[in-house]
Amino acid sequence: MGDLNQAMIEKYRTSFLKEVEANVEEGEWVKMCMQCGVCSGSCPLGKFWNHPPQEIFMMIRAGKREEVLTSDAMWMCTSCYNCVVRCPREVPITHIMHGLAHYAKRLGLTPKNQPTAEFAQRFWNNLLKKGRVNELKLGVSLYFMNGIGPGVKTAIKMAPVGIGMQRTQRMSAMELFGGHAIKDLKGFHAIMQKAQELEALRIAQYSVAPRPTA
Amino acid sequence: MMAKREYSFYPGCSSQKGASSSNYLVSAQSVCAELGIQLNSIPDWNCCAASIGYAGGGELPRLTLSARNIALSEQHNPGQPIVATCAACWLSTREAAERLKHDAQLNAEAKQALGEAGLTLKNETPIRHMVEVLIEDIGYEELKAKVKKPLTGIKVAGYVGCQTNRPFGIAGESYENPKYLDKLIEVLGAESIPTYEKKVQCCGGALAFSEPEKSQEMIKGIIEAAYDHGADLIVTPCPVCQMNVEVYQDQINTTYGTQFKMPVVYYSTLMAVAYGRNAKDAALGGQVIPAKKLEGIAGK
Repeated sequence: MGDLNQAMIEKYRTSFLKEVEANVEEGEWVKMCMQCGVCSGSCPLGKFWNHPPQEIFMMIRAGKREEVLTSDAMWMCTSCYNCVVRCPREVPITHIMHGLAHYAKRLGLTPKNQPTAEFAQRFWNNLLKKGRVNELKLGVSLYFMNGIGPGVKTAIKMAPVGIGMQRTQRMSAMELFGGHAIKDLKGFHAIMQKAQELEALRIAQYSVAPRPTA
Repeated sequence: MMAKREYSFYPGCSSQKGASSSNYLVSAQSVCAELGIQLNSIPDWNCCAASIGYAGGGELPRLTLSARNIALSEQHNPGQPIVATCAACWLSTREAAERLKHDAQLNAEAKQALGEAGLTLKNETPIRHMVEVLIEDIGYEELKAKVKKPLTGIKVAGYVGCQTNRPFGIAGESYENPKYLDKLIEVLGAESIPTYEKKVQCCGGALAFSEPEKSQEMIKGIIEAAYDHGADLIVTPCPVCQMNVEVYQDQINTTYGTQFKMPVVYYSTLMAVAYGRNAKDAALGGQVIPAKKLEGIAGK
């Protein structure tokens, strides 16, 4: 991952904006931002962003590569889409935040112990395994993501919630043993393997030539 | 015998047996039975990656997940619109369908990936939310005509949340003040709260797991406003909203010294009770905080 980061730094030495446009989901929209700040004011977790979306967009244009990609900011996105529907220039801000978060993760630049980055990765791994999310395994693995000690503490704090869910049959201990799965796992895995390969190939190509914009 | 309306149904992970919104599925099925809606599940559907799969899942793999579901639907339930009950399932699937239509390269790659399992994507299927089916295909008039037990005397805060409302929303409704849930509440004979100011406030979504303090602060506001308006219960169309607003009330009470005990139900729960179905069909047993007033009506 470090190698890819280095390759990208060398390739896009003169323009972080071009790097984002070529490699980040919906990145070609970044230059459309007119710095009005409606997104930042509309964000439900706005006060927790070290750089709100509007600022991130300007930082990308100013070439602040490391500050943006190592930022905690885009991991605060709750996917509420407030910013998307309010943006006067229809910038798909939510998707760009997801795209930046994914790209930072791909380059190995995510801040250590960022809880949403951890959760989001576990969610993905969990669904890829059986084609469907196993809520119980996902929850339990999340409690223990910072080690056994904090995990036990979280599990104890969460126990009443779990008991409520179990009592109302909205959680099943049986999910720890196998659990729900799709039938054609082989086909599913082949599809996802190919999609991941194609994407990796495209990004490797970008380090040679930028993606043509539609 | 009324003609059945058929849809290709995408139930989603949280609707499965023993999962967090299994009660939503039960109540939605009861409502559909009353309204002559036939749901044909997409065989072997997979997870949509919701709005949190993006750390590990890049754009193409995530879009391909939804493309597989659409392809399976087009193969097994041809000509039927896809309908989802879950807000995230609906959003991800519809987003994928639109993105693939507008990006030739992603579309070609997704099709190539699907080819690995012999699947073909036409991407001609409308992707709809159950609420759209109820409001647009059935209509308020028919929804009202089916009411056997009006929910008289119950005051309900209509909590629309985010992903059933943005970025697509329901046709003709505003993002800032959607009114369909209030209309539905009134249709069922209950009292709505048109000035419930938290109706489109975010509950934290998936971040309720990873950032519990930040999310619970928002959830507290959603519940508090419902109490301030004298609500007996909160109703929502979204599985994540339902779970987040219902199950953390004890933790919020501990943190903030509140005494919340506000039931949070699905629109389908309200409808099933109003349509005269029993507590089991309305999945009232799925309430972590019991909806006593609805139990009373369902038991009559």
